[in-house]
This record gives sequence, structure tokens and C-alpha cells, in this order.
Amino acid sequence: MNFKGRDIVTIKDFKKEEIVKILDVAEEMLPIAHGKEKSNLLQGYIMASLFFEPSTRTRLSFEAAMKRLGGNVIGFAQPGTTSIQKGESLADTIRTAESYCDVIVIRHPKEGSARLAAEFAAVPIINGGDGAGRHPTQCLLDLFTIRREKGGIEGNKIALLGDLKYGRTVHSLAYALSLFKTEMVFIAPSELQMPKEVVEECRKNGAKLSIKNELDDVDGIDVLYVTRIQKERFPDPEEYEKVAGSYRIDMDILKNAKENMIIMHPLPRVNEISPAIDATKHAAYFRQTFNGVPVRMALLALILGVIE
Amino acid sequence: MKELKVQPIKDGTVIDHITPGNALKVLKILGIEGRGDSIISIAINVVGKRGRKDIVKIENRELDSNEVNKIALIAPNATINIIRNYEVVEKHRVVVPDEIIGIVRCPNPNCISNSKEPIKPKFIVIKRQPLRIKCYYCEREPEMDIASLII
Repeated sequence: MNFKGRDIVTIKDFKKEEIVKILDVAEEMLPIAHGKEKSNLLQGYIMASLFFEPSTRTRLSFEAAMKRLGGNVIGFAQPGTTSIQKGESLADTIRTAESYCDVIVIRHPKEGSARLAAEFAAVPIINGGDGAGRHPTQCLLDLFTIRREKGGIEGNKIALLGDLKYGRTVHSLAYALSLFKTEMVFIAPSELQMPKEVVEECRKNGAKLSIKNELDDVDGIDVLYVTRIQKERFPDPEEYEKVAGSYRIDMDILKNAKENMIIMHPLPRVNEISPAIDATKHAAYFRQTFNGVPVRMALLALILGVIE
Repeated sequence: MKELKVQPIKDGTVIDHITPGNALKVLKILGIEGRGDSIISIAINVVGKRGRKDIVKIENRELDSNEVNKIALIAPNATINIIRNYEVVEKHRVVVPDEIIGIVRCPNPNCISNSKEPIKPKFIVIKRQPLRIKCYYCEREPEMDIASLII
């Protein structure tokens, strides 16, 4: 298993054993991620953080991960302050940035931009989200959260709820969960249901699947993964309100929930989860957000070759 | 009725069994614009033993099979015949290549390959029969007819 110098463009770049290895290393990183232990593991290394579109969690947790390990960060959070404003191509921006750093994290609105960056850069590229495309580190931190909260990934019954059609991060997550022999329930209105090819791929990997249109009960579910239903997917605002309302997680829904069921959400949320849930033991989404730090620390350390 | 309405050629390449109506696209993919000395004959919608087809004959030029395989996207049943002194010295069917570079564009407007970047559009062949391809960059599979995406 060799991570040094590798690009991370999609979760499919990893075999199952490699995912497990990253999660194991992330586990070891926890005391450093919490600030309880100090580390100089990445001292002398520079990460370029190239964010061509807004991000709160991904950018801050990557930067925190690098700094917690004693590394340095350069980059931008708004392309308006760079030569991109003058019409510079992404390829040229990448070729420039790579001469100043050891690893590049990129978020870009165009799908496939991380793949393009990987073609032009000799240093490793980590995809921090490419448009409606892929977001592999989100997927890894979701897996890490399930493992930590539930003591393992295998054997859990996991419901994915919301926009399962267009949200490609949820496609990656379904794929990754299928590698771990989980049972999955896809809950979405018909027009936003999981695409056939993702369903087929998950089945092929041995996942037990069921597909539902209604969030009628959460009985028997171990992990409820909620995603945002985007308003722009609906031509009629009234239709949106109706659909979004019927998928809202509130205290009523939790009546039949398992004692130890967790609720996850990649955030930002709008109205999908009632704030009243935040105070319950089911709410795992803020811990999930924190988990971005140890997982990204693990990835950086493995890719830069300071951990094998 | 005799099969061919165009004369046999002495030397060169005959691309036969092209999906009817696609002969001009085949020339476009091969980058043959008729500017050189080669005589090029095109027959569209001719009736052959197995129904209608298009035929392209390029005189005095032997096309490399790797080059010609690019047309498999729009003419999967085409055959390539290399002719020397009126004899067919080589004959084979086109094979869909593993990668298709610079021939079709990605229909996803948000794909980076449609931006002003120094790259050619690139597709990976997932399945040959029936043909399924996905964009190397955005990884989406075009839902429309591939012929309509030819650059």
C-alpha cells in the first residue's frame, strides 16, 4: 500500500484496504486534531489551498489539518485576488502553484477540474470538491464518523435521505458504503431518487438495498444521513416547499428511532434538520464536521510520505 | 445489380460498411479534407448485401488501422480494406479504442473540458457493445447520440 505522491480525485482511487488504512491513521491523529498533543510531522512542508469557490468546512479543516501537523499553508479563498481574474487558465494556475508547494488542495466549480489539475501538476492533488462532481475527502470523513460513532461500518443499516439524484457526494458515499457490506435505504422523492447505475454498482458490491419515497419511520435505522434538497431543482417553488417539508427531520420522526441512531449531514443545512435535534444524542453532524480534521491530517501525512 | 457504383481503385484504402449517412463524418474524424493529391470517392446509401451502407475510397493512401479505429464510434461495423494493385491485401473490422481523444466533446456544459484549457476532450470506453463512453474529466456518460457530439 503506497500513498506517497498520489492524487486524490475520487473515492474510487482507493481500494477498500486503503480506505481502512486512512481511517486507522486518522484515528491516531485524534489527540493532535483536538490540540491535546503537538506535532511537527509536516514541518517544512507547504500545502497550497486553491479555493475557486466558497467553502467553510473543507478549506478551514484542510488548513487546520496542515497547521496542526506543523506544516505551512499558502493559497487563496477567492480567485478574484489572483491572475485568474486576468483570464489565466486553470492549467497555468496549477503549474504556478506547484512550484511553491508540496501538495495542492483544490476546490473549483467545474466538474473534472481536479482531474485536469492532476494532469498538469507533479505534486499530489487533493480534490476538495469539483462543482457538482466529486468530493472524496467528504466521503472519507463520513466513513470515519460512522466508524467512530457506531464502532464500525459493516453491518449498519444506513438511510440516505434527500437529493440522491444530483448530489454526487452521496453517490460516492453509497459506493463506499457498499464496499463495507452495509444495508442501505435510499429515501427520496421519485424525481430525486438514486440513479440506476449507482444502485446497480452498490448491488454488485454486495450491499443490501431498499428504495423508498417517504420518510415514514426510522425504525431499525442505525445511521440517518440527511442531504439538502436544492430549491433550484424544482421549477415550481410550491412543489419544492411540499417536498422539502416532507423530508424535514424533527422530534416527531425520532419517536421510533433506535436509542443509538445517529443523524449525519455534510452541512451546510438549511431547513432539513430542526435545530431542536441539535441538543439530542442523535445529532452527530457537528462531530462529523470536526472529523474532517483528523481525516485530512491522515491523508496529508500519507500522501506526503511522512507516514507509511 | 452490381454492388459498387464507384470504380475499383488500384492502390489505397477502402472503408466499407459505414453506417449509412455517416461517410462525411468519417472523413471529418479522419481529418481527410481532400486538399492533398489523393482522389477520394464517397458513396452514400448504396445498397449492399446486408442493406444500405456508405463507402469511402481513398486512392494512393494506406490508412493506419489505429487511426481508422477512431471511426468505430459512428461506424462500428465498418471494414478497412488496404488495396494494392487492385487486390485486397489487408482487411479488418474497426475496433473501438480504449480511449477516445479529441474526437467528441463532452455534452456537460459544466465540464472543465469545455473551458478554455490546453487539453483535448477525452473519453474512456466503458463498454463496446452497445457502446458506452464516459468523460475522463467529469466522468459523466453522454445520454445523447455520440455522433452528435463529434467536434
